[in-house]
Amino acid sequence: MNAEVYVAGVGIISAIGNNTAENLAALASEHAGMNEITYLDTFYRNKLPVAEVKLNNENLATLSGLSNNISRTALLSTIAAQEAINDAGIENFSSLRTGFISANSVGGMDKSENFFADFLADNKKGKLRNVINHECGSVTEITADKLGIKNYVSTISTACSSSANAIFFAARMIKHNMLDVVVAGGVDALTKFTLNGFNTLMILDQQYCKPFDENRKGLNLGEGAGYVVLVSERVAHSLKKEMYCRLSGYANANDAYHQTASSPDGTGSFLAMQNALKKSGLQPNDIDYINLHGTGTQNNDIAEGTAIARLFEGKYPKMSSTKSFTGHTLGACGGIEAAFSVLSIKHGIIYPNLRLQTPMKELPFVPEIKFLQNQKVNNVLSNSFGFGGNCSSLIFSKQ
Amino acid sequence: MDKLIADLKKQIVDQLNLQDIKPEDIGDDEPLFVEGLGLDSIDALELIVLLQQHYKIKLESADDGPKVFRTVKTMAEYITAHQPKNV
Amino acid sequence: MMEMFIRATGNISPQKTFGHVPFLNEPVEYFTNRLSCIEPDYKNFIDAKMIRRMSRIIKMGVAAATECLQEANVEMPDAIITGTAYGCLEDTGIFLTKLVEQKEEMLTPTAFIQSTHNTVGAQVALMLHCHNYNNTFVHRGFSFESALLDAMMLLSENEAKNILVGSVDEITNTSHTIINRMGLYKQIPSSNFALFSSNTKGTIAGEGASFFLLSSEQSENNYAQLDALTTFYKPKNINEIENQISDFLNYRSTSIDEIDLLITGKNGDINGDKIYEEINETLFKNKPLINFKHLCGEYPTATGFALWLAANIIKTKTVPSIAGKISVDNKLKKILIYNHYQNIHHSLFLISAC
Repeated sequence: MNAEVYVAGVGIISAIGNNTAENLAALASEHAGMNEITYLDTFYRNKLPVAEVKLNNENLATLSGLSNNISRTALLSTIAAQEAINDAGIENFSSLRTGFISANSVGGMDKSENFFADFLADNKKGKLRNVINHECGSVTEITADKLGIKNYVSTISTACSSSANAIFFAARMIKHNMLDVVVAGGVDALTKFTLNGFNTLMILDQQYCKPFDENRKGLNLGEGAGYVVLVSERVAHSLKKEMYCRLSGYANANDAYHQTASSPDGTGSFLAMQNALKKSGLQPNDIDYINLHGTGTQNNDIAEGTAIARLFEGKYPKMSSTKSFTGHTLGACGGIEAAFSVLSIKHGIIYPNLRLQTPMKELPFVPEIKFLQNQKVNNVLSNSFGFGGNCSSLIFSKQ
Repeated sequence: MDKLIADLKKQIVDQLNLQDIKPEDIGDDEPLFVEGLGLDSIDALELIVLLQQHYKIKLESADDGPKVFRTVKTMAEYITAHQPKNV
Repeated sequence: MMEMFIRATGNISPQKTFGHVPFLNEPVEYFTNRLSCIEPDYKNFIDAKMIRRMSRIIKMGVAAATECLQEANVEMPDAIITGTAYGCLEDTGIFLTKLVEQKEEMLTPTAFIQSTHNTVGAQVALMLHCHNYNNTFVHRGFSFESALLDAMMLLSENEAKNILVGSVDEITNTSHTIINRMGLYKQIPSSNFALFSSNTKGTIAGEGASFFLLSSEQSENNYAQLDALTTFYKPKNINEIENQISDFLNYRSTSIDEIDLLITGKNGDINGDKIYEEINETLFKNKPLINFKHLCGEYPTATGFALWLAANIIKTKTVPSIAGKISVDNKLKKILIYNHYQNIHHSLFLISAC
């Protein structure tokens, strides 16, 4: 159980790029991914900004090698997971015990919601092929089958903390010597279901979101997928390339305050961060960068900020919410932001928190607003918190 | 106003699925949130839609909620003051 | 892995399984292809303020979890882990329906916020004010197995001593209609008791909420010991299935001869059941064997019901006659559960007397 787990590869598709290199370039040039709604067929076109992946389903199908009839969620997942595997460059991949542990919040809902319109009019109508992959697990299997991963396949759904949980569940399976290599992370495509759901909560900013700003008005929904390839020590040593970093700490706690709202003092966030630090054997002042959950809602940012103020009292690491670039990608955000965290260590870079003009008056720190290079980044904390009080934190460390 | 208050109580009980509470059990001046009926932020959002659906009144900001939804009576007063003339 | 025990259970199913009731001695017969849960009066288990927003699956889950914790005499579990393939279908359907009918306008949040797959686990945590580890697995026929594996790993990591782990799935009118159109259910209704002699395609729909308190501590109240669990995905053929079962037992240094009772997941579908029948002629030949899906119906997390059945058989040293005409005695030691869901998700559980 004390074995180390290494990150050997990353793969990302989001509103700021279709692969890791494009994402990094957008982060460096401070180029956000929000826009008018282009691909989702919804009443809210031209009314609410979102952060869509800038490809239609036909393009995504081509990139993924899948049919364009398949849920956009599965297309996004396959593209990013395949990139992560290619990046890891594990030559004897098929002879190892491999796993795919993915997360998403609404599965193939993008197809189900279209099916439902026909079905409601007449329950003998609606193409079944549009609802056959409704389940969260079905989406995972489409990707696992495409990647040829078979030894272990599973899906986690804990709302917006889903993919952080997938990543550390995967790491534990490696530590228990059940698997050698796991592609872990998450995905969500933008759907009418989630867009309308968040809209009923009146937490969607009608402008581009401003995480950790005093005048923040809510979040922008995004979509995408992010995966890391986790490998055992043995596999890490057999690879010819240098590992990105280790997954050194992780924890999961529940806020147990309200189904959707965070507690004012961020109890769940505090416990997740504190326990992740404990697991990694690090002290708060060892952390060089925090990739914030930072959705841009009043409630999240004050709860998360309060918890950070308490845990890091006096000495605050650099921090930022990259949701100011990608929007809130729900089941994918823990995966995308884990990949960003890993890249921060590898390249010694800190991402800016865009559009932050007026720092929150309650907080004793201000997130980073400029892209920084040549930084010492040894340990990164990545936060992902969700509905149902599910809070998870991951810590990545340079070897 | 009395009819409006009675209607509102029934609509609130229905919309929020307040089991074991009869509309007439709700006092006109009884606080709806926290110490009174114990409603929360999600209920406030439900009440915003209730105003839209039944009274065609759109609360532009959720921040107005606490003031408008303090009691059934404050809701009724807000509705009376903002009711569109042509309904 | 270290020793782990099933301390307590809570089970809401289409049979009389909830509350302190005799062990399946009044089996319930159905003449439809949809077996619905027999539900208790939830007001005895769930706070009135919380219950008003809960759909049926959430109430079933929270009540089953509550009974399990009460039986275990555990107020605060060290982790809460659930498995659900479909999640909260009713709330999902309500929100989708309004979204379509009202053309995305004037929607309300309640159904949406209660529709997320982690709602049952979250509501249990909220009710208990439990800040501990909380996770939800949503992988079709592996949902419950993944949850249980997570729990087993946590126990052996010494991260927890008492873990609440459960499976929940519901049938709704919508899901039943859609799955029926896919041809997965029997078209000619007959008695669920005659499920295995139907000789036709399709199965009967089921649902349930089965919770377990899994503990790393010995106690005289424990039902049974959970020795091992494994899953395998999309096996190529019957040989691979047999090899997986043999490897599973070998790895635990257990011979098939040591298994006193087999519980298999036959669901009445002539195609899917062929797999069990072939293995019954080879690996499982002449072993005492019972099935369970005529009692709870088929659903992706039905192994929750199977584990409940196994735990109770070991605890009571009896096999209810509705499950099979098998007499067992106090020597009953080991049970092997083998289930497959649509020949995609296969799972094996090894349970033994404490």
